[in-house]
Amino acid sequence: MISDTMNSPTQALAIKNLRKTYRDGTVALRGIDLEVKEGEFFGLLGPNGAGKSTTIGIVTSLVKKSAGAIRCFGVDLDQDPAAVKRHIGLVPQEFNFNQFETAEQIVMQQAGYYGIPRSLARQRAETYLRKMHLWEKRTTIARMLSGGMKRRLMIARALVHEPRLLILDEPTAGVDIDLRRATWAFLEEINAEGTTVILTTHYLEEAEMLCRRIAIIDQGQIVEDTDKKTLLGKLNLETFVFDLESPLNEELILDGYVHRLTDKSTLEVDVTREHSLNVVFEQLSQQGINVMSMRNKANRLEELFVELVESNDIQSKST
Amino acid sequence: MAANIVDNDSFQVRLQSNLIGLQTIVIKEVTRLIRIWPQTIVPPVITTTLYFIIFGKVIGSRVGEMSGVTYMEFIVPGLVMMSVINSSYQNVVSSFFSSKFQRNVEEILISPMHNATILLGYILGGVARAMTIGTIVLMVSLFFVNTLSIHNVSITFLVALLTAILFANAGFINAMLARKFDDIAIIPTFVLTPLTYLGGVFYSITLLPQPWETISRFNPIVYMVSAFRAGIMKDRLDASAFDTNLSFSFGMISLFVIILFSITLWMLNRGVGLRA
Repeated sequence: MISDTMNSPTQALAIKNLRKTYRDGTVALRGIDLEVKEGEFFGLLGPNGAGKSTTIGIVTSLVKKSAGAIRCFGVDLDQDPAAVKRHIGLVPQEFNFNQFETAEQIVMQQAGYYGIPRSLARQRAETYLRKMHLWEKRTTIARMLSGGMKRRLMIARALVHEPRLLILDEPTAGVDIDLRRATWAFLEEINAEGTTVILTTHYLEEAEMLCRRIAIIDQGQIVEDTDKKTLLGKLNLETFVFDLESPLNEELILDGYVHRLTDKSTLEVDVTREHSLNVVFEQLSQQGINVMSMRNKANRLEELFVELVESNDIQSKST
Repeated sequence: MAANIVDNDSFQVRLQSNLIGLQTIVIKEVTRLIRIWPQTIVPPVITTTLYFIIFGKVIGSRVGEMSGVTYMEFIVPGLVMMSVINSSYQNVVSSFFSSKFQRNVEEILISPMHNATILLGYILGGVARAMTIGTIVLMVSLFFVNTLSIHNVSITFLVALLTAILFANAGFINAMLARKFDDIAIIPTFVLTPLTYLGGVFYSITLLPQPWETISRFNPIVYMVSAFRAGIMKDRLDASAFDTNLSFSFGMISLFVIILFSITLWMLNRGVGLRA
């Protein structure tokens, strides 16, 4: 049964009770529900084998579902797959273009498959290849491109039909930091222009930076689905690393905080939600200790992710 | 702006969109055919040239006439059909399986194109290669026969076209079911080649003793070769040279095309070999 909100055209994607069991008996999805509003930047996170790629595969018609319903902008995927497909762009995890074709041919062909006339396809190919800094490489055979260029080529290809919903499955895997940041900026830009973005990534820093809503999937189930702020609010404990001006030779006292020195100039302090960082600074100042810099030991979302996945693991083992 | 996406998806828009998709697949296939010409065009030309030399010149001179024409003339239609059959099958099976293997078939599967459009696109790619090779082989035959007049161009063309469609379709099924490169060579080696050689390319099946003549009539390639031979030289051949009635041949080939196209489309809709 599809809910009223699922039918709404303002829902970019609505998934209800989606199940998938592969022929070998592997249960990939155990009845997941997801709703992504138009214009959102949505993160779908999960460990390897959690069901992220299966979910994306079903939404993009590459994988057959066992049960459940999917609607995209209010249209049922089963009833009108062509209408749904026209508005989805996919950047898959693995390079899946013809390695013997040129970058321009690959993008132009994709436009053709979406029914875009050749003259317009040529303009669009130029636009997106330029945006992805690949225009100079347009006549280069795809297999001759670097890994980063291939990733950008897949993004250009996914955008050539100007989808309303862009799904990216690990788009920055194996990409250097400069290029990753450039990709983030570009994704933020197209999201600001109105394209709904669904992102799966292993880089939780990436999800924290880009996504406004995040769902965490584990063992084929959604274990968390909320806005980023609420999600991070659930983080009980954060570890901060303080770089000290001078090495500490005496014992350090920090009342109410678990702490340790990883070396004489580096202090790690666990701060729970109930405690403030100000108190840590006050206590350090009182002892004449100057802090040069401070950072999170791990990404906040990463800490929460590990916490949620571990608790889900314990729960499923106990049942 | 949140208009329902079906608003601008009229039948005409969808039809036009599919026609552009079809054009794209055909252009891609023809570009591939040209790009890898040493693999697609040269080998069948060399093979059939060797057949003309060995069977036509060397052995054919000892055979003498067959059904009222020289043996060399007699084998020309069969060799053209053999090229058409192999080329259409090979083009689709290798192209579609390569796409599947490299996973760029996903580009097509996620697109809004109708499955019939996808199938038709690959079939037309196979037909383009088959007709190109068939024409080249026909031209090569001019080096070995004195004259080659075509009795009925329409029949000749139509038989070649339907045969190319049929085997392109068969190649598509093979590609869908294949899991590794070895699998795309099994059908051509163990089914296609024997059927072609026993399909009246080098002889008229009416020359065979029973029960081999009757058994040969279950070979669909017999109807194709016979109808194609009729299209080229019906006016010059003895009546005994025609293994089958022309209308019956057309009917059989068309029936095979319809059945195979329906099966392939059903498999594609089910995602056999393509969707987990």
